[in-house]
Amino acid sequence: MAEKLLVNPIDCEGHGACAELLPELITMDEWGYPIVDPRPIPPGLERHVRAAVSACPTQAQRLLRETPPHRKG
Amino acid sequence: MTVTEQTMTELPRLLPSERDGKQVQDLRAHLARHGRLPYRERQGTLIHDIEAAGLTGRGGAAFPVHQKLAAVYEAADRRRRTPVVIANGAESEPASDKDATLLWLAPHLVLDGLQLAAEAVGADTAILCTHIDRGNDVGRRLRNAVAEREAATLDRVPVQLAEAPPRFLSGQETALINHLAGGPSIPTFIPPRPTERGHAGNPTLVQNAETLAHLALIARRGPRWFRAVGTRDEPGSMLATIRRADGQPRITEVPLGMPLRDLLGEVRPDQGVLLGGYHGTWISGQQAATLTLDNASLAKAGARVGAGIVITLPADRCGLVETANVVRYLALESAGQCGPCLNGLPRIAAAFAQIASGRYHPRTRADVERWCGLVTGRGACHHPDGTARLVRSALVTFAAEADRHARGRCTEANTGANTKPFLPIPKTAARTEDDWT
Amino acid sequence: MLEIVSGINSSTWMWYASRSTGVVLLVLLTLVMLLGLLVTRQGRLPGLPKFAVTGLHRNLSLLAVAFVLVHVLTAVFDGYVRIPLTAAVIPLTSPYERLWLGLGAVAFDLMLAAIVTSLLRRHLSRRLWRGVHLLVYVSWPIAWVHSVFSSKDLRHGPLLVLAIACALAVVAGVIWRLASAARDVPRAERVSLVFGALHRTAAK
Repeated sequence: MAEKLLVNPIDCEGHGACAELLPELITMDEWGYPIVDPRPIPPGLERHVRAAVSACPTQAQRLLRETPPHRKG
Repeated sequence: MTVTEQTMTELPRLLPSERDGKQVQDLRAHLARHGRLPYRERQGTLIHDIEAAGLTGRGGAAFPVHQKLAAVYEAADRRRRTPVVIANGAESEPASDKDATLLWLAPHLVLDGLQLAAEAVGADTAILCTHIDRGNDVGRRLRNAVAEREAATLDRVPVQLAEAPPRFLSGQETALINHLAGGPSIPTFIPPRPTERGHAGNPTLVQNAETLAHLALIARRGPRWFRAVGTRDEPGSMLATIRRADGQPRITEVPLGMPLRDLLGEVRPDQGVLLGGYHGTWISGQQAATLTLDNASLAKAGARVGAGIVITLPADRCGLVETANVVRYLALESAGQCGPCLNGLPRIAAAFAQIASGRYHPRTRADVERWCGLVTGRGACHHPDGTARLVRSALVTFAAEADRHARGRCTEANTGANTKPFLPIPKTAARTEDDWT
Repeated sequence: MLEIVSGINSSTWMWYASRSTGVVLLVLLTLVMLLGLLVTRQGRLPGLPKFAVTGLHRNLSLLAVAFVLVHVLTAVFDGYVRIPLTAAVIPLTSPYERLWLGLGAVAFDLMLAAIVTSLLRRHLSRRLWRGVHLLVYVSWPIAWVHSVFSSKDLRHGPLLVLAIACALAVVAGVIWRLASAARDVPRAERVSLVFGALHRTAAK
């Protein structure tokens, strides 16, 4: 089952706990905000992904079961 | 008759024709010209016709209209909720004037489309939203139009008129819904999509005003008629806002696929042409001469039709200076909700201002390029993406000019006579939360 | 019949266990509250990684649940006084210290609600989770009153000092949290702030 990690940029305050727990998929940009790998989560990382989602103080990280819908602009 | 000539006699479809004396269409004139409002008496049937017609959104995203209608219809059925339809006439793009013009000259087409869309998805709420800051008193014109229809008991779903604050993001779908719910005109995160859960938690159809006008005509004349102009993949006509050297916007209804040459007239090879508005793309006159007004053609130059805005830069204007003004405006209009946009856009704007004013640090262009990459795709809406697109295309199209600026020169050296920006920049910048509500 | 004469026996042991786990719980739940306040402000604990704040908040609250179970079961089964098991979650059902133990049950119920909704967070709406979680601001003071008035332990000596220190810590934490939020730049002004900072850096 393909899962993807998505960050809600409105809730994200750039705390950085996610990047500490999931450096394989999350890096921080020069302003302290997460750059999330948009590809499906590789097997074996599920536990770390859940930890990263749980550790966010604003709960900005989301796990999506399917392809994230295209953002409207 | 040649194909082009035949096409041109089909138009205009939306705007009043020469024969009508280009007069504002009141209800009687509207019905006389287009015929009666053809309710289908069944939900959903119109959606097939719209699919056959290949109508795409005219608000900029060119999203297939039948897909949106179907999504709302399906979500309403699945979630057992009654949908809402919203006609988006907010037109927050400063360089665009086509929706305001359409609502001024042919409001009943838009209102027809609103009713037909409402019937197709089974909506019981219809809202038409316009922009507060426009010159003509569009609000009064619309109130009169709605009153006319009420007197004729034409509308089955009562229409609410609403206004959006003069912010660049006001017309964005989720921002519009946010505003109508009493919140600020700033985007919300997707998921959920408005078609799934929007206004008051109901499946919501947000459609550009011009799109609904086309829908109203397709319902009367059929999909084949709609496809009589345009290209096979991008059928139909569209309203374009053309700004040439004299700066005055001209709204004209053109077939998709029309050569830009015919639209713009004489353009110098090194002249700058802006396609698609302030989230659009700068190309050169040389490129423009080879392209047609449709996404398939414009994609070759990395551009899109967008909301049909085409602007040629006058010879005595510096493309970098004009772009710097726009980028500063776009940065100030950021909702300030998302870290990358909040941090990136002001930095891009400040750096671009340096490039525009001349004699900048060699690292500045690389910084701008890096920041554009950092902001793209990392906001809750496409504002940072569009701004980055404009900036990058300016640095490509005006690359030679940027090199000259680095040496302290400018081809269109400011004679002092042109202190007013050519590209229109609204004056009011948001300072408090009230400016967003 | 009370077996006081022989000194420490199993029933007295359990009674002491209940009281001492109660004291530990007071400290634990104070820490959980302070950590929770820190989470709402995306704060950090010096010297610890960023994920430690939410991690500790979560783990200490789960540890507290375990301690509550010991605290309750030892009180119910010690035989010294009659406390039915249901009194742990249903207020006012204990003949012994009906009111104060009742408050303990209320505090525990609210605490359980906050923890269970947090564990099931993925399946709940944000508003529901937040609404229930805010009840901890009610739960903690009730737990504090339960601690101080259920037995005489916390009303004199070092334990009184401890009780007051915990109360002051939580009050100070709440005030800090509110003051800190009041200093936040309103969203509509954030962009101007960034521009202003850039101009100042450029002017240097």
